[in-house]
Amino acid sequence: MSKESSRIGWNREAMAKRAALDIPDGAYVNLGIGIPEMVAQYVPEGREVIYHTENGLLGMGPPPAAGEEDPELINAGKKMVTALPGASYFHHADSFAMIRGQHIDLCVLGAMQVSERGDLANWSTGASDAIPAVGGAMDLVAGVRTVVVITQHCTNAGEPKLVDACSYPLTGKAVVSRIYTDLAVIDLTPAGFQVVELAPGVSFDYLRQRTGGKLLPRP
Amino acid sequence: MIDKSVGSAAEAVADIYDGATVLIGGFGEAGSPIELIHALIDHGARNLTVVNNNTGSGHVGLAALIENGQVGKMICSYPRTTNSMVFPELYCSGRIELELVPQGTLAERLRAGGAGIPAFYTATSVGTPLAEGKEQRSFDGRDYVLEQALKGDFALIKCERADRHGNLVYHKTARNFAPVMAMAARTTIVQTGALVALGAIDPETVITPGIFVNRVVTVAEPAQESKLVAQGRIYP
Repeated sequence: MSKESSRIGWNREAMAKRAALDIPDGAYVNLGIGIPEMVAQYVPEGREVIYHTENGLLGMGPPPAAGEEDPELINAGKKMVTALPGASYFHHADSFAMIRGQHIDLCVLGAMQVSERGDLANWSTGASDAIPAVGGAMDLVAGVRTVVVITQHCTNAGEPKLVDACSYPLTGKAVVSRIYTDLAVIDLTPAGFQVVELAPGVSFDYLRQRTGGKLLPRP
Repeated sequence: MIDKSVGSAAEAVADIYDGATVLIGGFGEAGSPIELIHALIDHGARNLTVVNNNTGSGHVGLAALIENGQVGKMICSYPRTTNSMVFPELYCSGRIELELVPQGTLAERLRAGGAGIPAFYTATSVGTPLAEGKEQRSFDGRDYVLEQALKGDFALIKCERADRHGNLVYHKTARNFAPVMAMAARTTIVQTGALVALGAIDPETVITPGIFVNRVVTVAEPAQESKLVAQGRIYP
């Protein structure tokens, strides 16, 4: 992609802001590592959202102030966090019972690829020399009630990440319901990728050229 | 009289044998029983199967145990972390085995192991390479994969306070896998920041009841893994 075209669309903050708009008041939410982590700071005022981190904390707060850090109070990305009033700690089996038992309302994850059927690949390229690492991704997509993805629309090499079928090993089948990219908000429907919203300056044709799989214009 | 306290980390790990399966608590450095791991390095048991969420960082703690050639196989969910070089190098040269397990399945396999449940069905990993070769079954129209319980010969865990019965209280997110590992191991060895009098822990706040614990050693000021790594420390 040219430098000109790479400037079109939302930046990381704007993507996180857009995703944050859709988080309802009262939701229990798990945020993945990377852009998903940024979503918390943009949830509109007046909504109370409780963040779950799978290493054993509900009621996770922002990073600690200088001097308040505790290396044993961390999030799933192993960054130091805080516990808000009303927080609770629990062990890993309880934490994943919250996930696998469908108690968490929403999770926001990164992606390597999403297929038009909502299959997600976000843990391995399948390369033979890569060290496989899955963490809690497969548990989240199998158990959380609503799974959404935030990702750049294309790879750094310009390849579509929204594809007809994932070429990378799957994290879960038919699990994603909405995708927030730098170019658009897209829902997964039985008919394919349904455009919900285009980023400023992005046309449907521009999006279609950068999307694998079936892309449907806004109704 | 029941007194599970022992005098030293060395004494606490002295009977860990070659080929044992050792469950090691911690999520990254949070909850990592670094003094017990270092005692296990001094002790020298080899060909261990180690269960931990990660593979350690730098050249201390779990990473040092692996680097010292004592671990034949890792069972974990996320073998790559910041500052983890030891495991990747051994894995890429085929000198250590890896069983990759989704994090929730890992926790539940341990819980099942501790609860006398031989196996369970879960939706996690269905349709992925990690479900290949495993028995699958459909319940109410949804597919599930059969996962087997995981037990340990020993568990090494860390807590904040313990009494001589082995009742444990943890510190914040350092709790993570420790309670299920304590349940799943035949011999659970704990390092505690403080050994308190019987009754000093309110029964309402006990997280791991003493029945799951065999040995308690006091390490009043445990090392902080990330500090050791930042200092470039190498154990031993």
